[in-house]
Amino acid sequence: MSEWLGRLLGPGRPEVTCDECFASLDRYVELELERSDADAQLPGMEAHLEGCPACREEHDLLLAFARDHGS
Amino acid sequence: MAAEVSQTNRLAGPAAGSRGQATSRPSDHESRDWLARLSSSGSERDAALAELHALLVGAARFALNRRVSQLGREGIADLAVQAANDALVSILDRLEEYRGESRFTTWAWKFAFYEACVAIRKRRWLGREVPVEDDGWDALAREAGPDRRVEQMELLDALHAAVDEALTPHQRRVFVALALNEVPVDVLAERLGTTRGALYKTLHEARGRLRAALAAQGLGPDAQG
Repeated sequence: MSEWLGRLLGPGRPEVTCDECFASLDRYVELELERSDADAQLPGMEAHLEGCPACREEHDLLLAFARDHGS
Repeated sequence: MAAEVSQTNRLAGPAAGSRGQATSRPSDHESRDWLARLSSSGSERDAALAELHALLVGAARFALNRRVSQLGREGIADLAVQAANDALVSILDRLEEYRGESRFTTWAWKFAFYEACVAIRKRRWLGREVPVEDDGWDALAREAGPDRRVEQMELLDALHAAVDEALTPHQRRVFVALALNEVPVDVLAERLGTTRGALYKTLHEARGRLRAALAAQGLGPDAQG
């Protein structure tokens, strides 16, 4: 699927809501930093982050900051 | 996990999550110490609040400094403090929701990033009209088909028609603003008097309808064969 079409149509997979994403974001980021399979443990997060630019931006910042600050 | 995105009624900031409710004991000493100090009183609690606020300001600055090119430097420091203030209020309101599944600081930082990002988005769109008409189609046509490939243009035309025909007026308005014109969801939520969760649910449903409409014509990512 082309980038523009993916951006418009979203991931097309089951995904969590924005509120569920926020509730699990800290755990998800730490799993990523541990190189665990974060999406297997928190299903639907990866798809939501693919489809929601706002949650994605907050995820990317938290991941980068936690990595820099040794979380 | 929700296969369908459910509507939430968040008044300000993200609502409580649905995965688990009760606070459980964090496994690491530092997080247990944070909880104990924030649950104490007097000077010990005041010191913990000041320390936490400083951490939140640091996180908010990190977010804002990455957007300096879009925002300019003026007012950035105040914006970081305001985001930290708002984050601290949310954290204290929701301390019971901390489940100890991550370090306390990771849990706390996400509130600072949420508040900083919302502030950034709103500031970038201050005084700008939210495009709710089909402003983005021409730009999309340039992106989709710089070489005017037939199949890309056919897909784009079919998508445009599906947006006009398969969506409700509200779904069309939300899809055109968020997906086509990339208006930040928090900006649109504020203008429409609703929440990020409610708008994303509408977008999710619109995307489902559009995928189905395209698939019925043998087009798009869900087309058979």
